[in-house]
Amino acid sequence: MSILLVAEHNDAALNPVTLNVLAAAQAIGGDITVLVAGEGCGAAAEAAAALPGVSKVLCADAAVYGKQLAENVAPLIAEAAAGHSHVLSAHSTNGKNTMPRVAALLDVNMVSDIISVESEDTFKRPFYAGNAIATVKSSDAVKVVTVRHTAFDATPATGGSAAVEALASAHDAGVSSFVNEEIVKLDRPELTAARVVVSGGRGMGSGENFKILEGVADKLNAAMGASRAAVDAGFVPNDMQVGQTGKIVAPELYIAVGISGAIQHLAGMKDSKVIVAINKDEDAPIFQVADYGLVADLFQAVPELEAQI
Amino acid sequence: MKVLVAIKRVIDYNVKVRVKADNSDVDLTNVKMAVNPFCEIAIEEAVRLKESGQATEVVAVAVGPSQCQEQLRTALALGADRAILVETEGFPQPLSVAKLLKGVYDQEQPGLVIFGKQSIDADNNQTGQMFAALAGLGQGTFASKVEIAGDTVNVTREVDGGLQTVALKAPAVVTTDLRLNEPRYASLPNIMKAKKKPLDTLTPEALGVEVKATIETLRVEPPAERQGGIKVDSVEALVDKLKNEAKVI
Repeated sequence: MSILLVAEHNDAALNPVTLNVLAAAQAIGGDITVLVAGEGCGAAAEAAAALPGVSKVLCADAAVYGKQLAENVAPLIAEAAAGHSHVLSAHSTNGKNTMPRVAALLDVNMVSDIISVESEDTFKRPFYAGNAIATVKSSDAVKVVTVRHTAFDATPATGGSAAVEALASAHDAGVSSFVNEEIVKLDRPELTAARVVVSGGRGMGSGENFKILEGVADKLNAAMGASRAAVDAGFVPNDMQVGQTGKIVAPELYIAVGISGAIQHLAGMKDSKVIVAINKDEDAPIFQVADYGLVADLFQAVPELEAQI
Repeated sequence: MKVLVAIKRVIDYNVKVRVKADNSDVDLTNVKMAVNPFCEIAIEEAVRLKESGQATEVVAVAVGPSQCQEQLRTALALGADRAILVETEGFPQPLSVAKLLKGVYDQEQPGLVIFGKQSIDADNNQTGQMFAALAGLGQGTFASKVEIAGDTVNVTREVDGGLQTVALKAPAVVTTDLRLNEPRYASLPNIMKAKKKPLDTLTPEALGVEVKATIETLRVEPPAERQGGIKVDSVEALVDKLKNEAKVI
């Protein structure tokens, strides 16, 4: 077996989810090559070369791969996939955007969002918003797979010393271009990698009220999340959404404040180790999954919590 | 510009799915079916483009068994002009769906193809991107805003770090995210009118596509149940539990 792992990175550094994908690759077993495609991505390629158990790093550094435009990156990945039995990436917005395109170019189906490796061709994945888990077996010549990062423990970031090989090919499909981005600046841990997540829901009442969660988040060095209801209401930006169609998180501690616990939200956080729910509605479904539930007015309970931790 | 909207028939999102006792699949017997919610957003976006004069015609297309006609009628009631069913046995896997839709695309020659970003049954998030690859088109996935300016489609996408805007050369592919729009409800007069709108049926053979399944489902099981915990009666008790029992703070 020979695995091509498509690194998630921002040119300057690897995104930590790459370490979880590497763990999935190691569970499949075999030779692992990491592909780093980007613009000015040399530093990320060097970081990839230091990953344990990686035999080679392919670095495609070209302007056309800047901002990870799927139309340009997918043909590169499909080309680099030659001779490999598997192509793996994170089930991030980037992986979701690009990998189906890669699969179609390779004329194969794809296995999305795996949560376990049963064998080289058999994987488990959630569907129906996590209400059922399917064990699926792919008979395709190349297995194109995206990995739910929270389901695999990250490997160490160092320990290897692979050679970096430059890829010269620059695919420009000429059908898309980057215009701009509004990337939210984080002075907290990233949501999908944080040890503690503090999330607010519709019960917060307004975006302004999310400030009271910040105090708790600061003390616990936590990332902040939100339910879809809070994002739809315009309280907070979309990148904070935890749930079936937002981010999947599995921190050590998840504190849900003013979140009723719609099934779509639970799908995004129920693998957290410890769940705390604070809600004034004692019948809220969130209490059915919470390890510790507190029926209380959040506007009293949250400041008290901040004071006591 | 003509807009093609791909829709899928799925379990109604309010229905709680159950796994069959023999672990072969989920049980869809006598379960309410509906248009996939993300596909409803796709229909709405197409109809709004027509209402604002940017689209000339909205064509809804579905791939699946004959029952999908119900969902195509819903699309017609919401404002699509006509519908096409590519009739198959059951629901093909995404690559085959993408190939069938490519066949329809070649016949229809639309300027924009809109998909839901994922179906709430398979949760794959694949078909729109696969179709875009096969048709060689640019893709604006997870769209929260779509603007057409001449031959360019500007799509604002919901990505992990925030929002990204890309410019696509038409014809182009868009897959919808939740915040693109809020779909309307079909009015009774429109539901009646939809019954008279054209709905054509095509076969995979007519489109020259061989439907192939390469992913076999070996077993389906319910997720590990999370045990509900306890209720605490004060913040003090909560902090004590987190410190001394769970030891997470």
